[in-house]
Amino acid sequence: MIMLFVFIAIVVLVFMFIGFYNSLVRLRNQVKNAWSQIDVQLKRRHDLIPNLIETAKGYMKHEQDTLKAITEARSKAMGADSVGEKSKAESALSGAMSKFFVVVENYPDLKANQNFLALQEELTSTENKIAFSRQSYNDQVLFFNNKIQMFPSNIVAGMFNFKQEDFFELEDKTERAVPKVDFSS
Amino acid sequence: MWELIRANKQKSLMLFFVMGICLVVLGYFIGGAYGGEEGTFFGLGLALFIWIFMSVISYFSGDSIILKMSKAKRVSPNVHPQLFNVVEEMKIAANLPAMPKVYIIPDPAPNAFATGRNPQNASIAVTAGLLSKLNRDELQGVIAHEMSHVLNRDILFMTFSGVLLGSIVFLSHVFLRSMWYTGGRGRRYSSRSKGGGQIQMIMMIVAILMAILAPLMARLLYLAISRKREYLADATAVRLTRYPEGLASALEKISSTDLNLTSANKATAALYIINPLKPKGSKLSNLSSTHPPIDERIKVLRTIAGGANYINYQNAFTKIAGRGRRSNIIPSSAIHDKKNIDLRTIAKPEPAGTKKGVRDLGDLIRAVNKYVFISCLCGMKMKIPPGFKKTEFPCPRCGRINQVPIAELAVLAGVTQGLEKQHPQKETTPVHKQIFAYHRTGKSWESFNCPCGSAKQLSPAFNKDFFYCNKCGRKIEVKS
Repeated sequence: MIMLFVFIAIVVLVFMFIGFYNSLVRLRNQVKNAWSQIDVQLKRRHDLIPNLIETAKGYMKHEQDTLKAITEARSKAMGADSVGEKSKAESALSGAMSKFFVVVENYPDLKANQNFLALQEELTSTENKIAFSRQSYNDQVLFFNNKIQMFPSNIVAGMFNFKQEDFFELEDKTERAVPKVDFSS
Repeated sequence: MWELIRANKQKSLMLFFVMGICLVVLGYFIGGAYGGEEGTFFGLGLALFIWIFMSVISYFSGDSIILKMSKAKRVSPNVHPQLFNVVEEMKIAANLPAMPKVYIIPDPAPNAFATGRNPQNASIAVTAGLLSKLNRDELQGVIAHEMSHVLNRDILFMTFSGVLLGSIVFLSHVFLRSMWYTGGRGRRYSSRSKGGGQIQMIMMIVAILMAILAPLMARLLYLAISRKREYLADATAVRLTRYPEGLASALEKISSTDLNLTSANKATAALYIINPLKPKGSKLSNLSSTHPPIDERIKVLRTIAGGANYINYQNAFTKIAGRGRRSNIIPSSAIHDKKNIDLRTIAKPEPAGTKKGVRDLGDLIRAVNKYVFISCLCGMKMKIPPGFKKTEFPCPRCGRINQVPIAELAVLAGVTQGLEKQHPQKETTPVHKQIFAYHRTGKSWESFNCPCGSAKQLSPAFNKDFFYCNKCGRKIEVKS
């Protein structure tokens, strides 16, 4: 009789163990998937920037520094590997971009260029997509990290070496608030 | 978010059940009124049959019927890239499994709606007037509102309960009409026994009462719920965009027009973001309206403070609507989600040069209707309708002969066909391998348009046989 109980207890424990392991794996995959969503958008931004520079170059003869800053930030961001590095490099890139769009205000010819307008819309949209996918990535990471730290799933996580993931923080609040520019004039 | 969707589903089921019972009871009494006790079963069966039949139809093709009814056209991204971008952004924010199909209604009245069976098969339709009127942030607010209907599974629920309501109205209408014409004398006297006649008499009275009351009750219930869902969709939209001002000013702009959406009717009115049929200013419309008063929606959106989560919306709503009214817009299970979501308070700068005028609206409507635009060298912009057959077209201003981009017209038609049939675009000869021949008229400067639309000039000194278009890469043969 006791043997039977012990046996049942072991079976239950084994099943619980499998369940925790599987849910951890599923969460980790979800985090990876969310990250790939961000990555797609970041790549898209990197692809758009050369076109933007090419279009703007002819008009902005006196703003070579601004353009250079973007190009440098872009190559740095493309070289970044880990999530932590990427978030730093990408926020630098965002900063350079927002400076650029402020400077654009002084070039009405450029602002009227259809090609430039289309690019600007694409970039705005890509920034938004990055922001939205970043939010869902961070939600997933929070969920995953909680699971790793909390009892009893932390035992399973420790045994199979599940590591906590980094959050993707793009910028601090002052940078996130895009400088307000009056277009009415 | 998930608690909210679950609560919403439960409520939908409840409403569905109550309205279903309404329909069945109505059928029972109407049957009784005509055929005594055997009639009750017949009436019951008939009511159930109508209900099931219409539900099946609306499940499988409800969205396409609604889209056809509202004259919405499926468009490709190049007609309005910004709209597609915004829809994709909201798709990412809402974590939808698939990109909704995008439709444009070629109508100057600003409005929008969403439909579809489930998030995998959703469609979002906006009018051309909406696109020409709103800026990016406002458009995002509207799309987020529609996406919330998709996310909260409102679209299927609204279709189903609309069908149920339609069945009830239909049954009672038929019954009351038949009473009117037969004077209630129907088959009443053909029953065999006196007792049966008496039961039938009672049945008849109850049936008349039911036929008058049931549609009224069902409609009020339906309207109350649909109004609540508009608030809920507003709340979800704020959560998705984190920018309540966008939706608020969009609602303000939409409500300030006098234009009526010609393709909307009573059946589809509940779907739109604001009521497309303007009620002629009566206080009673508050109770019988499919939409909450728009001023209140705007006020609630502008009162939101401290965050973009549901609890912030609920607080703002209580502040505006007052505690006296029963005002739980958000199911309490969703309120427990106390996570703080930052609000965005600053408007995103608009891309420069996006001032929109009446002309843009017309062009957008034409683009939806598959017109092709060509520009003459003199600066005249010509709009070629989709069925145009000729290959050349003289400019009405300067008389230059312009090439009609037949290939482009065909491709446009082909692209949209491909969209409808879900087939990839058929392969045509790539543009840069096509050859275009131009015949010189003299030896002086000459200008013409490449079929791709870019302007070409030949100098008197040009003496080669061909050159390549620098825009599309076509080989252009020059013959004298």
